[in-house]
Amino acid sequence: MNLSTAPKGNFWHRLANPARFERLARWLTPWFLLGFLGFVSTGLYFGLYASPIDYQQKDTVRIMYVHVPAAWLAMMTYSTLAISGFVFLVWRHPLAEVAGLAAAPIGAVFTALALVTGAIWGQPTWGTWWVWDARLTSVLILFFLFIGYIALRNAFDDPSRAAKSTAILAIVGAVNLPIIKFSVEWWNTLHQPASVSRFDAPAIDPAMLRPLLLMACAYLCLFFFVLIFRMRLELVRRRITALQYAQAGVSDR
Amino acid sequence: MNEFFNMGGYAVYVWTAYGITAFLLMGLVFGTVLVLKNSEKKLKALEALSPRRRQRQKSSGGEDEKP
Repeated sequence: MNLSTAPKGNFWHRLANPARFERLARWLTPWFLLGFLGFVSTGLYFGLYASPIDYQQKDTVRIMYVHVPAAWLAMMTYSTLAISGFVFLVWRHPLAEVAGLAAAPIGAVFTALALVTGAIWGQPTWGTWWVWDARLTSVLILFFLFIGYIALRNAFDDPSRAAKSTAILAIVGAVNLPIIKFSVEWWNTLHQPASVSRFDAPAIDPAMLRPLLLMACAYLCLFFFVLIFRMRLELVRRRITALQYAQAGVSDR
Repeated sequence: MNEFFNMGGYAVYVWTAYGITAFLLMGLVFGTVLVLKNSEKKLKALEALSPRRRQRQKSSGGEDEKP
């Protein structure tokens, strides 16, 4: 379930209440943890052991199972930022803003992972850690977008004013997503084109696709697991600020 | 077993990639949980200092929070 979609109908209105959200969050947490443990154990088994080596890359192909899902999740997390920014600006759903703030550090970690594991994979296969290839560069920009989003949020004392600016940044920055996706086709430099998400059948053997998808599911479960904790954290932080204002004799309304 | 850890001679690359992944993701999870626990403790202490709020929360089941 994605908490950042539009506040349609009763469910989304009810979820705007922090106490109800907290209850749902606590109920969901163990399921995502369980899902993560299941997917990651099978994913690692197939990824590191029960899958064939690549005829050219040999065992380095196994880096794919931690690298590609990180890149997928980095882009998905940025979509979460952009969608929650949009939902916040249009419907003013309080949880949308919270979801965006909660997701940004997770996205930064996934993007950093994609970049670092990509460099480690690039050295033995391409013979270089880094090139200013279009895909690599656009993912580096994605990383800076996450960092910029967090920095912009922290630049404001007043969370309500920060929310508008960060929402706009998230939406404008979303232009980078199609650039990342199609960079490998528009500028044919070093990074290989897509093997899985293409219009025809995936150009990857099922024996390698299996661990890849398992690890992607594991990352996805971990994303939601951490997202829930960070949303709760954001709500707690707000209550702390409100109480501090109240105790200082300043109205928090 | 040795063959498994050797990764066809690419052990350094494969295990470094997996190690960094595990390190960063575990850091994300445990860091988040730790900060949440600390913040909840801080909130509890603040709530104890503010009896008016506590009363209102009791009567409405804590559903009146608004940032």
